[in-house]
Amino acid sequence: MIPNLSALENHFGAAAAGSDDLGGLFSADAAGQLALEFPTCNDFDGFQKATKEMVNNKKGTTTLSFIFDKGVIVAADSRASMGGYISSQTVRKIIEINPYMLGTMAGGAADCQFWHRNLGVKCRLHELANKRRISIAGSSKTLANILYSYRGMGLSIGTMIAGFDETGPGLYYVDSEGARLKGSRFSVGSGSLYAYGILDEGYKFNMSVEEAAELARRAIYHATFRDGASGGCVSVYYVGPDGWKKLSGDDVGELHYHYYPVQAAPVEQEMAEAPSAST
Amino acid sequence: MSRRGDWVYENNGGTCVAIAGADYCVVAADTRLSVGYNILTREHSKICELADKCVIASSGFQGDIKALQKNLAARELLYQHQHNKRMSCPAMAQLLSNTLYYKRFFPYYAFNVLGGLDSEGKGCVYSYDAVGSYERTGYSAQGSGSTLIMPVLDNQLKSPSPLLVPARDAVTPLSESEAVDLVKDVFASATERDIYTGDKVEIVVINKAGTRREYIELRKD
Repeated sequence: MIPNLSALENHFGAAAAGSDDLGGLFSADAAGQLALEFPTCNDFDGFQKATKEMVNNKKGTTTLSFIFDKGVIVAADSRASMGGYISSQTVRKIIEINPYMLGTMAGGAADCQFWHRNLGVKCRLHELANKRRISIAGSSKTLANILYSYRGMGLSIGTMIAGFDETGPGLYYVDSEGARLKGSRFSVGSGSLYAYGILDEGYKFNMSVEEAAELARRAIYHATFRDGASGGCVSVYYVGPDGWKKLSGDDVGELHYHYYPVQAAPVEQEMAEAPSAST
Repeated sequence: MSRRGDWVYENNGGTCVAIAGADYCVVAADTRLSVGYNILTREHSKICELADKCVIASSGFQGDIKALQKNLAARELLYQHQHNKRMSCPAMAQLLSNTLYYKRFFPYYAFNVLGGLDSEGKGCVYSYDAVGSYERTGYSAQGSGSTLIMPVLDNQLKSPSPLLVPARDAVTPLSESEAVDLVKDVFASATERDIYTGDKVEIVVINKAGTRREYIELRKD
């Protein structure tokens, strides 16, 4: 018997929904929507709510990003927790979309990971079709439009798209509620309040790359210090005109002693040998 | 667990563990299948050899696990016919992630660990959540006994984080036989405190020579 292999051909973005070998995962219908599979049940919202409890999406994060005169800094912690259980301390929350663009991950780990991977594909296709890289504004809008089309269906994503394009550095905040905001500094996640505290206090537009990286590292570190759902390692990336570069990755356990060195406790004056009372 | 008419899931328990070494990978799972307090069978394999250097172990709902593993095995066969080679472990890892996310709104109730050798012949372990977020790690535990086993593996095997800059060497400091012994120990311990783990542990060892299967008896109560 000759197997029918027609189902295996990938027509990126061209085939009708559901006709490629990933069940339509990378194809799109007329509206540009992926064909994810849906349950046939009476109460979709109730089903999603019960399912969410069951599969326990990973949550709890601190991520931040800001623009300064030399480019963009992106930083994040690396902890994933399911309720009180730490499910990983080594998550890559800064997703490398292409050599000039980074995405950050807050909310559901699978949602962020998958849609950033999908965005990477779309950006590459744009590059091949137009012979130049997609702008940060363009890619963030692509993502925002996708997320808006799934609004109310239970996706959980809070991301920053940061990078460098023909117009200079770009930074957008995009979330699964449909928001897309342009800005010069953002922080996202359960530890964002603590990170904002450090970031807003220390932010200047004119900084050296080292100064900016140190500010980001300090902000994430102090967020992991106060927020139980953040921790692990602090990763700091810099995106400049020549693309992104990972500047540092430090274990929070070791970073603590960098910010709060152990003070050598003054040795108590040893009691001088009491003169013998045999005078 | 039928709380509503639409509800189609059941938790059949079970624990899966995988450990990667310099040139080997150990994937193990117990063989108990239960529903609530009932033990339905004591010899149900949770491990599936998807390719010559790629093995998956899954716990959760057996119906979904069967469907998922069958799907992946079929896709691997098609890949063989198309490319005239077996699928690599990193390729299977991303395929599994996409397959899981494709059912994001109607998930496979399956918690998976994928173990095998990468293109350089080094051991690799990928761990997943139910909707497809995945990560390459040195060792992993999934399923009902994972919270009992994971801290022990951390204690014995934890290596410097792969996120560190400058990077530090992060190879599991165990030989193959030591890793197999550790797996036997953690399963024996998890069986003491988890009602969904027990009966037997099925261990698959993948190395340059191929794959090898062995079974160790656990408590039956």
